[in-house]
Amino acid sequence: MCAIGVIYSVVVYTSGTATPLPIVHDADVASGQRLFRENNCVACHQFYGLGGYMGPDLTNVISVEGKGSDYARVFIEFGTQKMPNFQFTQTEVDQLVKFLEFVDAHGKYTPENYNFSWYGAYEEKGQ
Amino acid sequence: MKKKGNEGLWFVVLGLFSLAGGICFGLVAAFQFLYPDFIQALPFFKSRPLHVSMVVAWIFSTAAGGIYYYVPRYSNLQWRFRGLIKLHFAFFLVTGLLILAAYVSGKFGGREYWEFPPVLAIPIFVSWIFFGVNYFITLRKKTGPWPVYMWMWGTGIVFFFLTLSEAYLWIFPHFTENIIREITIQWKAYGALVGSWNMMVYGTAIFLMTKISGNEDLAKSKMAFGLFLLGFTNLLFGWAHHTYFVPSAPWIRHFAYLVSMTELFILGKIIWDWRSTLSSYQKHQHLFAYRFLFASEIWIFLNLALALAISIPAINIFTHGTHITVAHSMGSTIGINTMILMASVYFIIRELMPAKEGFNGDKTTSVGFWITQISLAVFWFALLGAGIVKGSNSNQAFASVMSDAEPYLFTFACAGFFLMIGLLTLIYSALRRLLG
Repeated sequence: MCAIGVIYSVVVYTSGTATPLPIVHDADVASGQRLFRENNCVACHQFYGLGGYMGPDLTNVISVEGKGSDYARVFIEFGTQKMPNFQFTQTEVDQLVKFLEFVDAHGKYTPENYNFSWYGAYEEKGQ
Repeated sequence: MKKKGNEGLWFVVLGLFSLAGGICFGLVAAFQFLYPDFIQALPFFKSRPLHVSMVVAWIFSTAAGGIYYYVPRYSNLQWRFRGLIKLHFAFFLVTGLLILAAYVSGKFGGREYWEFPPVLAIPIFVSWIFFGVNYFITLRKKTGPWPVYMWMWGTGIVFFFLTLSEAYLWIFPHFTENIIREITIQWKAYGALVGSWNMMVYGTAIFLMTKISGNEDLAKSKMAFGLFLLGFTNLLFGWAHHTYFVPSAPWIRHFAYLVSMTELFILGKIIWDWRSTLSSYQKHQHLFAYRFLFASEIWIFLNLALALAISIPAINIFTHGTHITVAHSMGSTIGINTMILMASVYFIIRELMPAKEGFNGDKTTSVGFWITQISLAVFWFALLGAGIVKGSNSNQAFASVMSDAEPYLFTFACAGFFLMIGLLTLIYSALRRLLG
């Protein structure tokens, strides 16, 4: 059973997890990612619905209609009634936005086109 | 401390203090959902990890304390390395204090549930090695087949070590540089981590059932081992409700769905056993440990039914990323894990008390028990309500949805206050006897 578990883990981490091209994890993205972690943003925000629920899901904050990089930048720079102003420098704000752009490019949450089979399973259209 | 030289009780006492801290921080976090400026010195991004880590510490400390306490008393084996138990405790305590200091000073690692700087995971790994080495070398000398709870404790110890290692894969660039792999760690490793501590807690529940009923066959039957294997399978392959809307290969979603539905068998068994459980309750209703176990069965039923429902993708699309997931996780942590561990604490107290009969009629503990159960029910249903509001309005602006959910979140926070009162009463009642 343990051996099956290990094999399953390897398969899960390698099956369907290739990075969509041409997304580059450059130094700015890495810095934004570090800032995201060091300020514990996941306590309030989610990616793909995983995380805290104090704030909104950020998976597609860059690409969703009515939002975008500038929209995200304002929130990061000034905070809101619910979100503290973390006093980020301009460079740090740029890095965090870059990181959010990087996340956004990986996929959509939740998918817009899907079907359910007769037994309740979910399938994206076109898969 | 009632009995000198019993290091298991150190862990139990530490666990009770952790729970007290965890529920107080949890209440702060609950009110911050409504009033973000509530206790500005401790904003939500600090109060939440303080709450989560202290509750997780309660589970680990009390589960480990129970194992350290029960093994020498019920298996005729003395711990092979008592020094390692003391070291385990010292590592646990010092690391815990460092983690709290890191949160308060704003030093985060930023991974959900393990939000402390990753360097502090090293002493946790080391202390777990002490625990595992001591457990397996000591129990290797046990004659005859192990009862199922010993297998469950051992499985929990080993798999906590493995899944915690997996959870720290994110420190490697191969994972950090790919959000899909990062998210995979989140749903897979963290889910299995919970499964590993559930193994230790459920093992404790079966141990207590066995001892209270005096029927050792409960822990040696084919059914007991069958349920253990089913739980183990879910530990390794389940966690379906986390997977459907995160990037993963389609077959993983189908496989996780299939595995998660096997838990219907456990649900069916609970319903099947309900009458005998009720008659046992009538027999043991004055025994606090049994009362907590009985309460945990009701919470297992409710949370398992919820888990099965949200594991159906057609339902999960409305519940994923909502407070229904919080109801599922908090309902399981408080309703199941905490009730079983409270049963363990009160079972130990009853053993240590000179006047056992008097303790069973203790009114303070009874009042704490009922306040906890009733407020937890309101708390749980309020979270479900908030989740339904959020899930059914997912196309609206976030602020608007949260505003609609406010009555439910207010009810949740108020119920949280009473839950805190109930649990603090139980903790006080237990500590008074353990330290008195």
